[in-house]
Parts: sequence; structure tokens; C-alpha cells
Amino acid sequence: MIDWTGYIGLILDGALVTIQLTVMGSALALVMAFIAGLGRLSRFFAVRALATAYIEFFRGTSIFVQLFWAYFVLPFLGITLTPLQAGVLALGLNVGAYGAEVVRGAIKSIGKEQYEACVALNLGRWQSMRHVILPQALLLMLPTFGNNSIELLKGTAVVSLISLTDLTFQAQVVRAQTGNTLIPFTMILIIYFALASLIGWGMRSLERRMARGLDGVRV
Amino acid sequence: MVAPIIKIDAIAKSFGNFKVLDGLSMEVKPAEKLALIGPSGSGKTTILRILMTLERIDGGHIEIDGEQLYHMEKNGGLVPADERHLTRMRQKIGMVFQLFNLFPHKSVIDNVTLAPMLTKGTPRAEAEKRAMELLDMVGLAEKAKAMPAQLSGGQKQRVAIARALALSPKIMLFDEVTSALDPELVEEVMNVMKRLAAETDMTMLLVTHEMGFAHEFADRVLFFDGGKIVEEGKPDDIFSNPKQERTQSFLKKIIAAGHRV
Repeated sequence: MIDWTGYIGLILDGALVTIQLTVMGSALALVMAFIAGLGRLSRFFAVRALATAYIEFFRGTSIFVQLFWAYFVLPFLGITLTPLQAGVLALGLNVGAYGAEVVRGAIKSIGKEQYEACVALNLGRWQSMRHVILPQALLLMLPTFGNNSIELLKGTAVVSLISLTDLTFQAQVVRAQTGNTLIPFTMILIIYFALASLIGWGMRSLERRMARGLDGVRV
Repeated sequence: MVAPIIKIDAIAKSFGNFKVLDGLSMEVKPAEKLALIGPSGSGKTTILRILMTLERIDGGHIEIDGEQLYHMEKNGGLVPADERHLTRMRQKIGMVFQLFNLFPHKSVIDNVTLAPMLTKGTPRAEAEKRAMELLDMVGLAEKAKAMPAQLSGGQKQRVAIARALALSPKIMLFDEVTSALDPELVEEVMNVMKRLAAETDMTMLLVTHEMGFAHEFADRVLFFDGGKIVEEGKPDDIFSNPKQERTQSFLKKIIAAGHRV
């Protein structure tokens, strides 16, 4: 009979690493999404070009390759990252590129009349963006940001390839040591699903809170 | 002879191949209340949008309060205005839109205080005091905390008027401000504007299809067709005794369509 308590502990350790990666990766992705998304709407060609290059590059190459670059190639350029740093960097930049298009699309979808009201009230470009456009666009971004964040959570499994002891990595360790496949893989299946559900629930409550008052019913 | 506060000199504006304005010139005296009437596509709304810098002109000059709107003086000549110049000029002008364009994520009072706080650095307490005075004037003081979505169309438009007034512009532009309203709500917006017209020395330009409103509101009525001023004069003359054939047929059509004169 196998004593599972130690192995369950291993898997829960892995869950912590996965959560850490998801939170930090999402934070970086969010920052990159706004920088690149706003960059694509810039008046300046160079800024637009830079933002577009970033988005196209990270959407157009595989997350595996990006991760290998962050972990195995960057040291040749004199930058050595821990597996966690490399994982956060690759996941954050990758998902941030998708998020940038969400930011841009949401901003673009705010009606022309809101911009015109800003001009008539003599608000500057940044003031309009900060106080009028972004607060309305943010609400439109939330559902897709939730999706992106769940994608990122599931994508964290790739870091097991650079020997980071995340959920998937630990499950494989447990499987190798116990010879049991069903239990560790069922456990991580449930944990991934629970984490994804948590993100979805969090995003929905945030959305509800932000939408308050906009429809004239709830205040 | 008072210097005009708005002096439009031979401006041209096209949308694609469609020439909306072609060499239009007109002047507006300070404190004058002007109504611009005419069929759709006659260029009257375009004039307001150009004055608010929402559309750029293709040619000509506009002088506001003695200063060029779209040009700056440089080395004795005129060069196209930069954003800073436009920002300074916009302080003189406010606009109310057909579809109100309130900020849906901000409460009524925040809609009114936002621009003074951001563009003039007015402290919040002062901006809110002024906003409450303005909301009181348009009869909506008790709605200060409400969100725009909770208001009727007429109430939204009155908030939009208060919001534009909060910046104390010298010139106010009203672009078909009652066209999007249910008939029973038109009256409340008109009453606010008529009172405003009577009480202030702001210069006001009104684009409208409500001839009765134009009659009561304006000192002078301009009838536009095809981007040109076909006829202008005192409201009594234009509405009771139009001289141009095109003005007559337009007014006839408007009356047939059930609008009040």
C-alpha cells in the first residue's frame, strides 16, 4: 500500500508554483497588454511599429520556443534567469501580446461621440483616455482578460520542460515514483479546473461590480 | 459697430467628393442668438462641428474673439494651428450634442465637474458647488448623484447643457439638441435654453428643425441650403414673410411634416 500523504504534499507544492506563475505571469501580461495596446494607438509611427512588432512576434512564435529562449538562450547573452523568472517572462510576454489586441479592440469600440464630448470639454488626449475612454473600455476587456488568464494558467504546464516543479511536473514525479497514473493525473485535472473556475468567478464578480450603475438599474 | 465674436471667412469643407461648404462667409456678434435652419445636408451642423474643431476646414479662415482658430501668427504670416493653440481656443467654445454624449460611467455631478477640475484645475469643492448651481438652474439638482442611464432623454440633455456651461464658454453651440427626444420631453429642454438665452450674454448658435423654437430663441435666423446662406433676417421676417422661393418651399415642407412654426 502506498502512503499518499507525502505525494499529495508534492502535488500541492506544485499547485503553489502554478498559482505563483499564473499570478505573476498575468500581472506582467496585463502591464504588457496596456503598454502594447495603447502603443498601437499612438500618434507616433515608431511607437506603433514597436508595439506591432512585439505583438506579431509573440503571437507568431510558439510559447515553447519563447520559453527555451528565455531559459536556455538568454544566458549566452549574459542574462541568466531562474526557471521561475524565465517562466513568468515567457508566459507574461506571450499572453500580453494577445491582451494587447484586447485592449486596442476595446478602446476602438468606444463610440466616436465619447471622444467628441472630450474635445468639446477641452480634455487633453491623455485626460480623455484616462478618465473617459479607459474606464468604459476596461469593462469590455474583462471577459477576454479572464479567458486569457485561464489560458495562461493552462499554459504554465510548459514550464515543466525547464524543470520548474509546477503542478504537471510534480504529477509526473509522483507517477514515476508510485507507478500510479490515475490518481496524480486526476488530482491535477481537478486542481487545474478548480483554479480556472476561481479565475472565472473572480472576473465575473469584478465585471458585475464595475458595471454597476451603467444600465440604470443597479446603483 | 461691435467687432464680431465669430468671423467665418470663405471656408471650404468636403467629405470625400461631396462639397458641404464652399466659400462660406458669415459673422456673429457677441451675445447674439443665432438659429441655423435648412434641409439635411445643407451644412449647418458642419459649421458647428468646425467651430468646435471636430472637423477641420479645407480652406479659408475663422476668427474667434479676435484670434484665428485654425491658424497661428508666426513671423508675420499665418501657419496652421498646433494642438496647444487649439486647446487654448477651445476654452472659448462649448457644445451640446444631439445624442447628449454624457459619460455613462460617471454620475451626473461628476459629468459636470470633470472638465473644470481637469482643464482649469478647479478644486473639487468649488467645482461641485458650481455644478450644483448649474444643475439647479436646469432643474436637476436632486439628480446629482444619479447615473446617466437612470435619466430620461430630456434630463440627460439638460445635464449635458449644465456640463457645457460649467466651463463658462463665451460661445455655445447647440446641435439639434431636441431631435433625439420624445415629443413630450422637448419642451423641458427648450425652456431651459430659452431662459438661458434671455439671461446670459453668451453667444449662441442653434441648429434645429423646430421652427417654433428657432423663432422664440433667436435674434437672427439663417436659412442654409447647399452649403450657402440663402436668406437671413429677423425670425419674424424669415418665418412670416420669407423672400426666397427656396426658403418658402422649405418652410412649407416643414409645416406639412407636422413641425410647429
